[in-house]
Amino acid sequence: MISVENIRKQFGGFAALGGVDLQIAKGEFVALLGPSGSGKTTLLRVIAGLEFQDSGVVRFDGEDVSDRPVAERGVGFVFQHYALFRHMKVADNVSFGLSVRKRGERPSARERRERADELLRLVHLEGLGDRYPAQLSGGQRQRVALARALAIQPQLLLLDEPFGALDAKVRKDLRRWLRELHSQMGLTSIFVTHDQEEALELADRVVVLNKGAIEQIGTPEQVYTQPATPFVASFVGENTVLPGGVHVRPHDLEITTDGGHAVVVDNVFRKGGVWRIEGMLQGTDTLVELDLDAAQAAPETGSTIHVRPIRASNFTG
Amino acid sequence: MNRNPVSESRFARAALITIALLFLALFILLPLFAVFSEALKEGFDDFAEAVSTPDALAAIRLTLIVAAISVPLNMVFGVAASWAITKFDFRGKGFLITLIDLPFSVSPVVSGLIFVLLFGANGYLGPWLAEHDVRIIFAVPGIVLATVFITFPFVARELIPLMMEQGKEDEEAAISLGASGWQTFWHVTLPNIRWALLYGVLLCNARAMGEFGAVSVVSGHIRGITNTMPLHVEILYNEYDFVGAFAVASLLAGLALVTLVIKTVLEWRFNLHHAGARH
Repeated sequence: MISVENIRKQFGGFAALGGVDLQIAKGEFVALLGPSGSGKTTLLRVIAGLEFQDSGVVRFDGEDVSDRPVAERGVGFVFQHYALFRHMKVADNVSFGLSVRKRGERPSARERRERADELLRLVHLEGLGDRYPAQLSGGQRQRVALARALAIQPQLLLLDEPFGALDAKVRKDLRRWLRELHSQMGLTSIFVTHDQEEALELADRVVVLNKGAIEQIGTPEQVYTQPATPFVASFVGENTVLPGGVHVRPHDLEITTDGGHAVVVDNVFRKGGVWRIEGMLQGTDTLVELDLDAAQAAPETGSTIHVRPIRASNFTG
Repeated sequence: MNRNPVSESRFARAALITIALLFLALFILLPLFAVFSEALKEGFDDFAEAVSTPDALAAIRLTLIVAAISVPLNMVFGVAASWAITKFDFRGKGFLITLIDLPFSVSPVVSGLIFVLLFGANGYLGPWLAEHDVRIIFAVPGIVLATVFITFPFVARELIPLMMEQGKEDEEAAISLGASGWQTFWHVTLPNIRWALLYGVLLCNARAMGEFGAVSVVSGHIRGITNTMPLHVEILYNEYDFVGAFAVASLLAGLALVTLVIKTVLEWRFNLHHAGARH
C-alpha cells in the first residue's frame, strides 16, 4: 500500500503541493487528474523519488521511504516523452535496468536478451528488439518504455501523461491494452493525466487536483455524478453553470414547455446519438450546452427554448 | 524554377551571391593560396628544410604538448560545467554561464597579462614562486595556463545548448532503472552528446594550437624552448626568413583545413543523428 501524508513542495515561491494526503491500495489503478500547474506531476515524482518533498512522508507498505532515492524504491517510471535511449537498440533499452546491476546480481547477456524478448512479447512488439527507437512509431515507443520499466519488476508503476503525445486512435487502443496489462500483471499503477475522459475510462479511482491540493478522491462514477466542488464539476465532464451556482451536465437538462430557463439557440450539431444544442442563457453571456435524443426534432437556430435541470450539483448552499 | 514568397528577384540573388563569393575569395581563398605559394616558392626541398630546423621542430613539439595538456583539461571541464549547468538547479548558475564566456569577450593579450600579473616576477605569487624555484611565466606552464584559459569556452559552449534541449528525462529514466551516477553518465549522457563533444574538442584543439596573443605575452619568445608554432612564425617573419615563416604558417593553415573538413563531416553526422532522434 502507498501512503502519502501531508506532502508539501515549493518551487521557488510557487507552492506545487500544499499538504496532500492520499492512500492507494495494492492492485489499484489510480489517476491523478488536473490542469497544468495543479501539482499532479510533482506528486507522481515525489512518490517515485525523482523529486523530494519539503515536508511530509511517503510510505510504501507502512515503511517510510521519504529519503530513499528512486533507484531504491522499486518503482517503474514511464516518462511523458518516453525517454528511450536513442543510441541503444530496443532490446538493450528494455534490459537496461538489468545490465546496470552490480556484478554479482547481473544476469548474463543471453539471459538479459531473453528477458527483453519476453517483455517485448508482453507488450506486443515481438521481433523489434534489434531496431532503434527512432525506427518505431510513437505508440510502439511508448510500449518499449513500459517494457523497460517493467523489466526491473517494480511493485509500483508510475506513468506521467502516458498517452499525451499520441494521436487519438492509438491512444484509445493503448488505454485498453494498458488496463488489461495492469490487471494481468497484478500491478499497482498511478498515472497522471489532464484528460478527464482518460481518467474516467481507465482508473479505479480518480484523484482530482487543483492548485496543489486534492479537490476530490472517488470512483469515476462519484467524481462525475457527485462532484465535491465547483472545480471538479467544471473540470470533469462538460458542465453549464446556471444562476444560483447550479452545475448541470448537458445530458441532465431537458426542454420544457412550462417555465425553466430561456435559452437562445445559436448552434445545433449531431454528436453521436444525440443533438448537441448550444445557446446563450437569455439576457446573459452564459453558454448553455444540452443534449437531446437524436430521435426528436432539433430546435431551429435562433429560436428560444426553455430548459430545466433533471439533476444538478448546487454549490451555493 | 521554384518561386517562394520570400525569394528575391533573380538579379538581387545574383548580386548577393557574387558579393559573397568575391568577399570569400578576397579574404579567405587568396590569403590561403598566398601562404602555400610563398611556402613552396623555393621548391619543396626548401620547405622541408624550413620546417625541420631544430627551432621549428621544437616549436611544433611545444605546440603539440600544449594542446595535449589543455584540450583534455578543457574537455573534462567543459563536460563537468555543462553537466552541472543543465542537470542541476543551483544559485549562481547564470553567473557561471557568463564566466564561461569570459575568454571570448576579453582580448587575448589581456588574458596573457592576467597570468603575468599573477605569476610574474612582480606578480602576486611571483616572489613565492621564485623562492621555491618554480617557473611559470616565460616557461611551458605559463603557456599551458594561458592556452587553457583561452580555450575553455569551446567545449562547454557546444554542450550546454544541446544538453538543455535534451533535458534530464533520459538521466532520470536511467537512475529510475537503478543506474548509478557514473553508469548514467557513461551509458546515457555521453552517447547523447558525443558528436557535439567531438565538435567542441576539435574547435578547442584548433584554437589551442593557433593561439597567438595570450601565449605571446607569457612565453618570453625563447627560441627552441618557449616558442609555439604561431610565435615561431612571427620570429622567422621578423628576421626576413619568408620561406621559413610561410612554411611553418602553412602547417598551421593545413591544420585549419583539416579541422574544417572534420568539422564538416561531424556536422553532417551530428545533424543526421539528431534528425533521426526527433519524433
